[in-house]
Amino acid sequence: MTRDHDVLVLGAGLAGMRAALEAARNGADVAIVTKVHPIRSHSSAAQGGINAALGEGDSWESHAFDTVKGSDYLADQDAVEIMTQEAPRDIIEFEHMGVIFYRAPDGKLGTRAFGGASQARTYFVGDITGQALLVTLYDQILKAGVKVYEEWFATKLLMENGACRGLVALEMLTGELHLLRSKAVVVASGGLGRLYEPSTNALMCTGDGYSLAYRAGAPLMDMAMVQYHPTTLAGSGFLMTEAARGEGAYLLNSEGERFMKRYAPNKMELAARDVTSRAEATEIAEGRGINGNVLLDLRHLGPDVILKKLPQIHEMAVDYLGIDMIKEPVPVRPGMHYQMGGIKTDVSGATVVPGLYAAGEVACVSVHGGNRLGANSLLDTIVFGRRSGHASAQYAAQTVRSGGGEDLLQSEQARLQGLLDRPYSGETCAGLRLELATMMDEKVGLYRSDEGLHEALDQLREFRRRYENVAVGDKSRVFNQALTFVLELGFLLDCGETIIRDALIRKESRGAHTHVDYPDRNDEDWMVHTLLTDRGEEEPEISHLPVTITRWKPEVRTY
Amino acid sequence: MQFTIEVGRYNSDGNYAPNAVPGEPYPPPWNRSPVRRYQTYTVDLPVHAVVLDALIAIREYQDPSLAVRCACRSAICGSCAMWINGHAHLACKSKLQEFTKNGKTRVESAPSMPVIRDLVCDMQPFWDKHLAVKPWLQAKEPVPPSDQEYRVPNASMEELIQEVSCISCGACLMDCESFAVNPDFLGPQALAQAYRYAGDPRDAQTKERLGEYSKPGGVWDCTHCYECVTQCPKGVAPLEQILKLRRMAVDAGYTNNAGTRHADAFASSVKHSGRLNELTLMPKSTGFFNIVGQLKTLPSAINMIRAGKLPPLIHKAIPGVNRIKAIFERVGGRFK
Repeated sequence: MTRDHDVLVLGAGLAGMRAALEAARNGADVAIVTKVHPIRSHSSAAQGGINAALGEGDSWESHAFDTVKGSDYLADQDAVEIMTQEAPRDIIEFEHMGVIFYRAPDGKLGTRAFGGASQARTYFVGDITGQALLVTLYDQILKAGVKVYEEWFATKLLMENGACRGLVALEMLTGELHLLRSKAVVVASGGLGRLYEPSTNALMCTGDGYSLAYRAGAPLMDMAMVQYHPTTLAGSGFLMTEAARGEGAYLLNSEGERFMKRYAPNKMELAARDVTSRAEATEIAEGRGINGNVLLDLRHLGPDVILKKLPQIHEMAVDYLGIDMIKEPVPVRPGMHYQMGGIKTDVSGATVVPGLYAAGEVACVSVHGGNRLGANSLLDTIVFGRRSGHASAQYAAQTVRSGGGEDLLQSEQARLQGLLDRPYSGETCAGLRLELATMMDEKVGLYRSDEGLHEALDQLREFRRRYENVAVGDKSRVFNQALTFVLELGFLLDCGETIIRDALIRKESRGAHTHVDYPDRNDEDWMVHTLLTDRGEEEPEISHLPVTITRWKPEVRTY
Repeated sequence: MQFTIEVGRYNSDGNYAPNAVPGEPYPPPWNRSPVRRYQTYTVDLPVHAVVLDALIAIREYQDPSLAVRCACRSAICGSCAMWINGHAHLACKSKLQEFTKNGKTRVESAPSMPVIRDLVCDMQPFWDKHLAVKPWLQAKEPVPPSDQEYRVPNASMEELIQEVSCISCGACLMDCESFAVNPDFLGPQALAQAYRYAGDPRDAQTKERLGEYSKPGGVWDCTHCYECVTQCPKGVAPLEQILKLRRMAVDAGYTNNAGTRHADAFASSVKHSGRLNELTLMPKSTGFFNIVGQLKTLPSAINMIRAGKLPPLIHKAIPGVNRIKAIFERVGGRFK
């Protein structure tokens, strides 16, 4: 069945719903397409808070500088300026929508400290900030009556004369494939954590949007910048919020030493994430870890702070490790958490493909550069979600909707049927994904080397070959997850390839990209972004863009 | 360690809920108990594994046709609420060891919700109820300018964290005794969210909300079974929020309803005789002059008489009833 809208938003996390709300406010007929119910979106897992220079004595310039320094000078400073200038109003808007932000004694919004920030400027709701923002925004979507196609899985973008004019999606409930036509599409489908094992990300973070946009001609930028979060729970890899350290928790090695004093003497545990994760990895590699972990010690904070401000991570440590952090330190290690790179957009969310916009983790404006500061991702989603919603609605107002697309629907139908008809070969989707993700963690993780990256690229080619033999182990129409898992693995392979290629190109160490063969940052040659553009069967086209510098020249980065 | 899982399988391929229009409010009655087939799987997992680990292992390496919703694996996204050994739990928070009974764990879609496939149920009734309580802030005037927040005490925000912690998993509704017999009941999650907004000092519509929530299907339809408090994986304790709404509604003057009359009749009887006068409880709750309502209770009354449950016709006070009265005087408030 074919449906028409002005703007389609792919994804219903914070960026997607914010974009949809703004497009609706600007008069567009907007619909959200999401493979999970909006409330299940991974934005809800953001724990610690959201940054803004809102308090007295703080300034957007200070927030911007911290962000630029945190990015290891790879962020575009014009974009960072916009984000930090608009942050206060966006946060106040969410407060007016009903978010129950923590208050200072005077009844105004109160803050907590966060990594890499020179001021305490993180606004929060306990350790469920993302969830609090997400439910509030979802309820605004309900109030505004925005159409949501829930549990619809996008398989391909509809392109016409080089412009994006909709998408094809599989309705999980019925197994029916639909053509959704529009004047503009905003991709806000979140991250790609399933490409790494372990990862803090949910099972549905499979990089759908990166791949869909890439295959539609939009370049992916700085894909090598994959963030490892310093505190993920031993074993399961679940996130232990940076807010724990923001509230004063220590990182200890096996000798009980606060080792961060040797890596970041001023900021200690609140150094930027790349610095802290590498410090932990060094401690573990040099034999001062405990079974591959270090310890996150919150005991001195006392039960009141832990239970009131960090109840969720307290509960998680009890549930999944049987450790009560009030009484015992929690074993943690660096774990894959966030993709700084993504679909290259301008500050209004527009890609180089007409009609195609992107926002949130899947996009790369770039405000995070080589390393994102904690509590800047929620900010990124609501600022650039809003801006892309606005810009896409404006664009749609002067654009004619597509009248075609039936041929794409048919070719997608045939492609999915082809997947379903594949004979069983012994190759499983889950097994191949696990091999891929383990390989990415080992060879394209916290540390990279030329040798390892070349091996990774070879292995990835082999995985692609094997992927052609993965059969769909379920032939039903209704809720066929075996089919969508195979499609997701295809997206992950595209993401993996672009990450490895970008990592091979960047011959320096910057932010999250630590290259053991080029251990230093090289500002002379590498103050540039790398863009990869799909060329079908051929290797992707490589191009570079200079980093936009407005006022902060690169400096030596210490914490 | 070896675990045995018995999974309720169901595939609606081609005949799912014929009376449903996707995206439209769900017309009850739906097919609450389709024929499930129970399939047994054995999985080898670490001692501390949870039910979801087992389901994922089955889906990934034994039976790709097993449908189950899950995402975060850490009790944040709310996807994986289902019946485990006959009660609603999050699969990602339920340790296999604790749930192994007679050598196995039984897992199925909660029968109170329409099932789509295997462990995937249709949550539409749940979302319809959520929407019905108008779960958004009706901003109180004057709305501060766009660069200023509402100034409210932190305690008033902190009090609402319990309700905001709700992850909409639906476990409370799945096991709600009242919902089981009355599909129109708004249910624990929606009413907890109702309190989240009614109790927000920035909300301008508190009184109107309380009026809405006092109607049939609202706060008075809860039967205090505490299932929602027991099953909620996030400590939201919906029943406690429902009780707060009841107090607020009565204080706001919404007393002309069976629920308030029932509570009043209950209290009045205890105050005057030290125990419950069951003979007058029903007429007082329904309203003495509500003839139609009274007649409607007749069949139950007749059934009670038949079953020998007729309360004594002469209701006597217990000895020392004055001391009970004194308690009421001391507590004060509505029943003084």
